[in-house]
Amino acid sequence: MRTLKFLLQKEFRQIFRDPAILRLIFIMPVIQLLVLPWAADYEMKNINLSVIDHDHSGYSQKLISKITSSGYFILNDYSNSFDKSLGEIEHDCSDLILEIPANFEQDLVKEDKAKLFMAMNAINGVKANLGGAYLNTIIQDYNREVRMEWIQLPRFSPETQIEVTSSNWFNPLMNYKYFMVPGILVILLTMVGSNLTAINIVKEKEIGTIEQINVTPIKKYHFILGKLIPFWILGLFVLTLGLIIARLAYGIIPAGSFFTIYVFAAIYLLAILGLGLLISTYSVNQQQAMLLSFFVMMIFILLGGLYTSIDSMPEWAQTITKFNPVSYFINVMRMVVLKGSSLSDIKEQIFIMIGFAVILNGWAIFSYRKRS
Amino acid sequence: MSAVVVENIIKTYGKKKEVTALNNISFEVKPGELYGIIGPDGAGKTSLFRILTTLLLADSGKATVDGFDVVKDYKEIRKRVGYMPGKFSLYPDLSVEENLNFFATIFNTTVHGNYDLIKDIYQQIEPFKNRRAGKLSGGMKQKLALSCALIHRPSVLFLDEPTTGVDAVSRKEFWEMLKRLKEQGITILVSTPYMDEAGLCDKVALIQTGKILSINTPHGIVDDFKKPLWAVKSANMLHLLNQLKEKEEVEDIYPFGEYHHLILKSQLSKESLEQWIRNSTTENVQLQMVRPDIEDCFISLMKNY
Repeated sequence: MRTLKFLLQKEFRQIFRDPAILRLIFIMPVIQLLVLPWAADYEMKNINLSVIDHDHSGYSQKLISKITSSGYFILNDYSNSFDKSLGEIEHDCSDLILEIPANFEQDLVKEDKAKLFMAMNAINGVKANLGGAYLNTIIQDYNREVRMEWIQLPRFSPETQIEVTSSNWFNPLMNYKYFMVPGILVILLTMVGSNLTAINIVKEKEIGTIEQINVTPIKKYHFILGKLIPFWILGLFVLTLGLIIARLAYGIIPAGSFFTIYVFAAIYLLAILGLGLLISTYSVNQQQAMLLSFFVMMIFILLGGLYTSIDSMPEWAQTITKFNPVSYFINVMRMVVLKGSSLSDIKEQIFIMIGFAVILNGWAIFSYRKRS
Repeated sequence: MSAVVVENIIKTYGKKKEVTALNNISFEVKPGELYGIIGPDGAGKTSLFRILTTLLLADSGKATVDGFDVVKDYKEIRKRVGYMPGKFSLYPDLSVEENLNFFATIFNTTVHGNYDLIKDIYQQIEPFKNRRAGKLSGGMKQKLALSCALIHRPSVLFLDEPTTGVDAVSRKEFWEMLKRLKEQGITILVSTPYMDEAGLCDKVALIQTGKILSINTPHGIVDDFKKPLWAVKSANMLHLLNQLKEKEEVEDIYPFGEYHHLILKSQLSKESLEQWIRNSTTENVQLQMVRPDIEDCFISLMKNY
């Protein structure tokens, strides 16, 4: 115990003496949490629309003003030539074309139906898809309004009509920040846990101090604990800092308890520190450790469900995410923060995470032994 | 009981064991001895030290330090040896004092308790005790490393090339420190590529490409050199060297400082040698007989091996 105390003392001294690491620990969460959630917004706004109006009637005017007043679309140009609008798309000035044919109003009034033409720029797939869907909804809505004007529907409609309305549970306003901030917090914690630990241990190898330590009676587990505990504490500190920022900057107050978050984070950090330790045993210098953890982080982030939903991934990719500790924590964070899940709801994830911690640390210690 | 016993140690590197670092090495160090392992770079000195300090496993052979086996009782050995690697390997971001305190505490002792042992050395760097170790000069780093290696009062001290890259004055000071440590009863094993330091040891082992060429006291090694050694000098040294190399009476000739050292196959008096040289070369030659030193012995051992 006494040895461990002095090892920890030494480790904290070194961490607090390294201005680069300190800056990283303080500034990284602040910048990432303040900037990223605003940028990583899935909601499509500012879709540029080209309207080709061959009709120039009251109805077409009404439709266009309804579309532009929705807030999703910006009217890029208003013309009467398809070629001209296609040119706009080709120059990437426009994302969508809506063509209103001649006799639109006439057909609508006389024949009770009219056709519209929509063309999308599919280079940005998400924008085209969502833009098309928004536009469709708006046109349907417009359609209903027109019909309402003409016929006063009876109180009980003779024809069956199904109207679907939805409400967003757990995040009623569909605020993307509520969704992104907990996820980004997880990534931050993972960076502190694995990168810093790996680099710190490899540094001792690189400057040769590990040799000097090895000729002393220090036990292996003392040395490893002396390395892991400081970063475990730092990880929880970064989590606290992140939760404070989430509260102050975005007003996110977890629906569940802080206790649940901290319990899971504590176990999660154990697993991630094990990963850092593992990376360090396979690297000889800091560059190798950096690149290796960068590689692992990339996979963890892209297959973690932060930016793309795991449910929409192909099956093989979903299988891979099962081996990704980050995906469990992102899931748990969202469950606790948005849904208010309690410890018993995340029982399964806790057990899986304990499994990760045991396997990663066990593997790391095994390969550390073999190499020394 | 000997402080260090090495028996038939073999160590190879590489997947196919193609590089032999230590080839069947055996020697013995008595308690309180200042024992020098002398050899050029790549001779296997560091591998030997790493085996003795339990950092490396030998392929075969047996070694004990202070009576403990380096494989079985490595824990005991780690408690009682001090090791100073060739490369400075203390924490550069901790101060002088913090480094010393750290190494004292992990050996379960205090700086205060063993201060008398390191006093002479540590006093020289004490004015800089709040400076970070990475910011010290080479000589001061080395004094700090020695202090840290000594702080737990080791019974055997391993110093791997402690004077490499250190200026002449600091080297001299360092060897004086070692002598004082020896008086405290600490067995010291020191490796060095500098032949002139061999004379400062009680006993030396000359090592070359993983083999021990000779083990003796410095005097003994020099006394083993039986042939007369001549120093020759002329205006054109290179020409002289090339000309004499051709002669079949010459056993060996090599540059040595401002002279060439010359060894002949047969014994000759100075007069007849002068006559012979005048016949052999066009140069105007200065000639004198010299006492061989360790380097001459090493060169001759290397060539005859």
